[in-house]
Amino acid sequence: MLDDTDRRILRHYQHDAALGPAELAARAGVTPATCARRLERMQAAGIILGNRAVINWRALGYEVEVSLRVTLDKTLARAFDEFMAAARDVPEVVELQSFLGRVDIRLSVIARDMSHYQQIYRQSILTLPHIADIEALMHVARIKSNEVLPL
Amino acid sequence: MIELDTMDRRILRALAEDATQSTSALGRSMGLSQPATWRRIKRLRETGVIAGQRLELDRERLGFGVSVFLGVKLATKGRVSLEDFERAVTAIPEVQTVEHILGVYDYRLRIVARDIADFERVLRRRIMALPGVGDVEANVLLSEERRPGPIG
Repeated sequence: MLDDTDRRILRHYQHDAALGPAELAARAGVTPATCARRLERMQAAGIILGNRAVINWRALGYEVEVSLRVTLDKTLARAFDEFMAAARDVPEVVELQSFLGRVDIRLSVIARDMSHYQQIYRQSILTLPHIADIEALMHVARIKSNEVLPL
Repeated sequence: MIELDTMDRRILRALAEDATQSTSALGRSMGLSQPATWRRIKRLRETGVIAGQRLELDRERLGFGVSVFLGVKLATKGRVSLEDFERAVTAIPEVQTVEHILGVYDYRLRIVARDIADFERVLRRRIMALPGVGDVEANVLLSEERRPGPIG
């Protein structure tokens, strides 16, 4: 289980995942050796799953982001697995989430512009298997996106 | 917009998997010198292609068993400013992301909670108390995957 020191380290690390080991230890108020040992233990225990670079797709010319909320035809037993497997093969799909609720699956799709989006939507999305209904939400802005847990 | 060559794309893909690897180790695996790797990473950061780093934690192991996406429609558009709503919603610790969207809803929120009872508390005491909140739709997250995207 985690103690207060672990939580303190995670709190600082979450807020700035680009911190080097010495800087993180200083902010969390522990020695670098303690900090390294705790991080190693939390990684081995599977609490820390990774530290990944966040790509800003806009900087690469992807101006459009659309959330597609998909309802599947649930009369077919394999509908979910087959849909997910096919959606993974669409390179412009950057996120796949499944839900309990009115929506079954949400896909996050990026495109260079509206005509590119139109092309992806027609050629790669509408051709995915077992779609019963699909609803699009266009992203305007991200107001908060740090995904920090209130530890 | 910046153009990336094949080597930039490989580096970007590798850092999106693990951003903690050292420049020299990364360069070695790509057959690139340490200074050349460093220059490419510096350019990716300076041009904003790499926007930062994200720590990925096992939410359940940390006691957050429930993640819910909330679609929120503002009831009194024009009377409550979007800024007021955004400021208030951003300040709630359980709210992890806030996205302004166009469609059936105005905002999409990602909320973490310890369990369903805890989520109900956040929904009633925090979300429903926000200025201008109208229709709300909740979808409980079952699974989630992030894909590498069209890096090439």
